[in-house]
Amino acid sequence: MSSAPSYLPILIFIFVALGFGTVSLLAGRVLRPRAPYQEKLYPYESGIHPLTDARQTFPLRYYITAMLFVIFDIEVVFLYPWAVSFYQLGGVALLSMLFFIGILLVGFFYAWQKGAFVWD
Amino acid sequence: MDTVFQIVFILVHIAIIMGGVLLHVAYLTLAERKILGDMQDRLGPMEVGWHGILQPIADGIKLFFKEDIIPSGTNKIIFSAAPILSLVPALIGFAVVPFGRDSLHIGNVTFAPVLTDINIGILYILAFASLGAYGVLLGGWASNSKYSLLGGLRSAAQVISYELPLGLALVGPILLSQSLSMVSMTDAQGGGFWNWFVIVQPIGFVIYVICALAETNRLPFDLPEAESELVAGFFTEYSGMRFAFYFLAEYANMILVSSIATVAFLGGWHAPFPFLEFIPPIFWFMGKVYALLFFFIWLRATVPRLRFDQLMGFSWKIMLPLALANILVTSIVAYFVRQ
Repeated sequence: MSSAPSYLPILIFIFVALGFGTVSLLAGRVLRPRAPYQEKLYPYESGIHPLTDARQTFPLRYYITAMLFVIFDIEVVFLYPWAVSFYQLGGVALLSMLFFIGILLVGFFYAWQKGAFVWD
Repeated sequence: MDTVFQIVFILVHIAIIMGGVLLHVAYLTLAERKILGDMQDRLGPMEVGWHGILQPIADGIKLFFKEDIIPSGTNKIIFSAAPILSLVPALIGFAVVPFGRDSLHIGNVTFAPVLTDINIGILYILAFASLGAYGVLLGGWASNSKYSLLGGLRSAAQVISYELPLGLALVGPILLSQSLSMVSMTDAQGGGFWNWFVIVQPIGFVIYVICALAETNRLPFDLPEAESELVAGFFTEYSGMRFAFYFLAEYANMILVSSIATVAFLGGWHAPFPFLEFIPPIFWFMGKVYALLFFFIWLRATVPRLRFDQLMGFSWKIMLPLALANILVTSIVAYFVRQ
């Protein structure tokens, strides 16, 4: 095996894991019983037949959470390379990162004041 | 010929890692039931084998031969693919985890303690772990059940909310070791427990462990599958092997987050004292992972479940500011210590 780190094993691992999932599902298909009837195939709803489709509207809060997540996750992605080369970059990098986090904190407290983190 | 040999070699290495992980997952379920049983003053599984030692195998065979029900009104392709989408990220994360120092020699082939030491190891694990949330969300949506949809949505919101402080908590170890590679992160903590990053990053470690519990949907953060209100959450409609895959993914994720915690904060395979280095490193690594897993199970027996608004508020209002403050303090102190 070559000494240089390689991404090939990861690619193979992904295929092996996918294969493990698919093969064991397909192999089970031959072996397991299959006796469906209408009552068995109803989605579970505490013993009654479902009245409506399950895919209805859901609270907008989930959407706001997802948007905030995208903003702050980009911050995390910026912090990783900064942290790796922290000692080589010196004081300027520290100050600019403080400035960057400061700007984000302003937005964070604005969202907080607007009630983005209130779930009721 | 050389390429073929290399690919066969990699396949064998993957088989060793995956077999080890799946074996640990199987026995983690038994360990959980035994430990919970003991904490509640009962015996746990006793029937299959000596003290229930064969119980995971019996469970596996049962799930394999169970009827696989696909309810009417589901989106069949997404419903079928979602459990695999959940399982794959949980397994492939182990590709970059260094389990020990010594290579494994079988005949004249040598297996390194890590499958591949890529220089963005921890970022790779986090990136794929985020994909696992899709499996849960899509599975919940495709089931056409109200409980599943709510469970899937809750799970997605919870996982993304706790991923931020989790990622921020790992900035500390990355900054101190100057690397994203799991191997160099371990190397930076050798020599004794006073060099472990948990000593200089105690707040980071606590944030990491709490967020890891939330990421893996463990109690007290198991709202996506809260039995008392959502039946079984996102896998209400799943049965047989597909159900087993969600279960495998949850427990494999538990082992994975414990492994990351061990590498990033607890010194990886390093012994706590130099004079204890005669014990093989892999036992230290596994011991630390087992201790964390025991802690996870212990918490399940001890603490009650949170309410969903408490859960989300806790992440955004307490964990995120705390994790940011931890980074600020760490970077400023690290800068002046270095000067």
